[in-house]
Amino acid sequence: MPIPFPFSAVVAQEEMKRSLLIAAIDPSIGGVLVFGDRGTGKSTAIRGLAALLPKMQAVDCTYNCDPDAGDEALCAECREKRAKGMTLKGRKVQVPVVDLPLGATEDRVIGALDLERALTKGEKAFEPGLLARAHRGFLYIDEVNLLEDHLVDSLLDVAASGENLVEREGLSVRHPARFVLVGSGNPEEGELRPQLQDRFGLSVEVTTPTDLPTRMKVVRLRDEFERDRAAFVQKWKSKDGKVRRLIEKGRALLPEVKVPDKTLEQAGKLCIKLGTDGLRGELTLIRAARGLAALKGDKEVTVDHLKEIATSALRHRLRRDPLDESGSTSRVERAVQELFGE
Amino acid sequence: MSNLGANPAASEGGGPDPRQAGPSPWDDAVLAAVLMTVDPVGTGGVCLRSLAGPVRDQWLTIMRDLQPEGSPLKRVPLHVTDGRLLGGLDLAATLNAGRPIAERGLLVEADGGVVELAMAERIAPGTAARLSMAFDSGEVVLERDGLAMRTPSNFAIVALDEGVGEDEGLLNALLDRLAFHLELTYVRVHEAIACDYEVEEIVAARARLPEVTITDDQVESLCGIALALGIPSLRASIFACAAARAHAALEERTEVTEADLAVAGRLVLAPRATQLPPMEPPDDEPPPPEPEEPQEPEENQSNEQQEPQELDDKILEATKAAIPAGLLAQLQMGKLQRSRARASGKAGAVQNAPSRGRPAGVLRGEPRHGQRMNVVETLRAAAPWQRLRREERARVGRESSRIEVRQDDFRITRFKHKSETTTIFVVDASGSSALHRLAEAKGAVELLLADCYVRRDKVALVAFRGKAAEVLLPPTRSLVRAKRSLAGLPGGGGTPLASGIDLGMMLADSVQRRGGTPVLIVMTDGRANVARDGTGGRARAGEEATAAARVVRSLEITSLVIDTSPRPQQQGKDLAAEMGAVYLPLPHADATSLNQAVRATSR
Repeated sequence: MPIPFPFSAVVAQEEMKRSLLIAAIDPSIGGVLVFGDRGTGKSTAIRGLAALLPKMQAVDCTYNCDPDAGDEALCAECREKRAKGMTLKGRKVQVPVVDLPLGATEDRVIGALDLERALTKGEKAFEPGLLARAHRGFLYIDEVNLLEDHLVDSLLDVAASGENLVEREGLSVRHPARFVLVGSGNPEEGELRPQLQDRFGLSVEVTTPTDLPTRMKVVRLRDEFERDRAAFVQKWKSKDGKVRRLIEKGRALLPEVKVPDKTLEQAGKLCIKLGTDGLRGELTLIRAARGLAALKGDKEVTVDHLKEIATSALRHRLRRDPLDESGSTSRVERAVQELFGE
Repeated sequence: MSNLGANPAASEGGGPDPRQAGPSPWDDAVLAAVLMTVDPVGTGGVCLRSLAGPVRDQWLTIMRDLQPEGSPLKRVPLHVTDGRLLGGLDLAATLNAGRPIAERGLLVEADGGVVELAMAERIAPGTAARLSMAFDSGEVVLERDGLAMRTPSNFAIVALDEGVGEDEGLLNALLDRLAFHLELTYVRVHEAIACDYEVEEIVAARARLPEVTITDDQVESLCGIALALGIPSLRASIFACAAARAHAALEERTEVTEADLAVAGRLVLAPRATQLPPMEPPDDEPPPPEPEEPQEPEENQSNEQQEPQELDDKILEATKAAIPAGLLAQLQMGKLQRSRARASGKAGAVQNAPSRGRPAGVLRGEPRHGQRMNVVETLRAAAPWQRLRREERARVGRESSRIEVRQDDFRITRFKHKSETTTIFVVDASGSSALHRLAEAKGAVELLLADCYVRRDKVALVAFRGKAAEVLLPPTRSLVRAKRSLAGLPGGGGTPLASGIDLGMMLADSVQRRGGTPVLIVMTDGRANVARDGTGGRARAGEEATAAARVVRSLEITSLVIDTSPRPQQQGKDLAAEMGAVYLPLPHADATSLNQAVRATSR
């Protein structure tokens, strides 16, 4: 199997790396949207991250069920097994990263009747789609802003409910599909529908580095990687290991991280000031701040955490004003500055 | 237009010969083929922009001959099915044989070789996405039809881009992943001669490649040049390094030298340049192409500040000389200007893939091109024949399966794909009321854009004034881009109505060819006074405008004429009639009512 570029060797793009790590610590955050230029290491970072994530325990079924999960998070097959009193046996597997290509047909995404079995054996069987494969892992959509509407519709529904419900061709299947949605794209090529944008927990803007030393470093590392992948990965193994331990520690710490009332109040104030629609913004801001605290090894969420994560958590939730010239990033930054000062 | 000898250079309308002194484009094209073959994984491949013709054929022959023995060469047709591309289950064969018959994918077969993409400018985004994915990860992932397989596969891509004009071309996602962008349009047949490289040299270079070293300073100068030329993607710098190393290996060296860097700059960086390096050229050098084009002063300043001091002048010069003449002018004039020279005769070719959208009925046909088989209908079609078929099978002594389905039973679901609407504003920016009118049009465009991302429609803006028309905003649904293009709208001058309608129509035509639905909104008082060639004269200008309007009608483009003169007159009405357009006198057009009128028309 080809070796992906190590996550820790991705140069700069701190905001993107931090957001991906937070999403890895707390998958319930709702995914990461990465908007920016081509060739800035978007796909490289996400593939590298998946490779370094701690392996997970999974039942040997189609959906990689968690053997320790409650009944509601299991697929029908595993639930049945457990009901019969059998214990679910897990095995260590790599966290899946599933690409959702543009132009994928709906049945490839949500799953459909297994044609081959239907035609040759006359059996009615469900052939799982990409959403099933992404369960407990990452669903990566490059050029998410160009994704077709009917696919976006099915995605929104599944991302919100955590399960995929298929009612077609005489099939009625329901299976768990919880995944971290990672989307990337270039805003110059099209806008993202606000409904889909809102589903992403964090939104990151990446720009291509313009200083020479950073660019050189990227090129050098990439060149070294291409020449001898195995040796390169070996060289970065300990750094990748550090990141992995950071994620493991953060995951362990996450349930203990407390959010004091004062921080909640501050988060509320910020959202009111920015006029974000609904409560999702506030909720994500708190969650992201908690994930950030866990990543840093802090047991309490402070205003500093809010300040650091506010732009990523809120910039895509501001109401669009086509006549406003200033970008949403600077609007959030300004509000943070006015509220909390420096 | 493709006369013997003179390859399509004629389509450029007699512009200056863009070839530069130094290595000829043909020699460079051959060199690119060689470098790609030396390091297929590192360089990704070639995008070859040219119409089919003897020059392209010659290049392809050379490229094929250069491949070391045993390396596969696979041609991917435009409408390749996923099954053929990635591999999968051959359904028809499976049914015939009664056991699963796998189809090997082209990309797997091409491991260690070259994939040729025919008509790459029309390639479906889905296919491009799959290619990019296989390219990035170095493996072909197959997860379909109940088969799950990962097969390592490394290949280079040769994309044959037959796009004409700036609005047609290889998708950016794929283009960015190919090191060499070649343009063979201007190469004459007699220049396209055989190449001096031998396969043995390439094999030797491949063996030497891992030992070739490149110093930090050399990487720095390649990165610096990329930065100075305004190339944002880091892939370009990475490719430039790979190309330099491949060239060094080819020249039987194990260290990259300045000559290698110059080649890398010329072949990889120059075709991607978006700006000229902001440094002053030395006096004795010939001036860079198009020096009179004013650059944005702000950009210039910031670049000067960031500009690295130790740029390697020679390499930069070599790179700069290879930037196609007029490229910068094109970039500044907006991408659609060149489509004026587009050849006609391709109309109506593009249909959206019928495999998307909402289901709308059932057809008899094969599940090809990613179309979805409708199982229930297929079984229904097969049902009446079951007994007969079983008896038939028994007669030839073959075991029958539980259901006998044959190829003629296949039914596929037909899908209706709502085609995207592109609203094209053609705005009269001439005369005294121009500023006001333009402001209204601007407001309407922004209002339309604001709900565009809900309806997924696009907007474009053409303005005409003085002697000609220009595209101010190519079709977009991006607010970011729209705002930038609309920021500086000029006004005043004569009324070249015919040119405006022509340009709007051309945009509409290109939208139609892509399977979209254009709506043309012409905002004018109908009083043309400048003819197509830029000369004055009411009578001729009027005639031409009428002629242009008739063409719009013949193309059956939905259109709306908004008469903006203070007292609506007969001319506007006549124009609308000739165009087959809805006529709407709106002397005090404001952005909101404009928006409403437009929405009513596009529905």
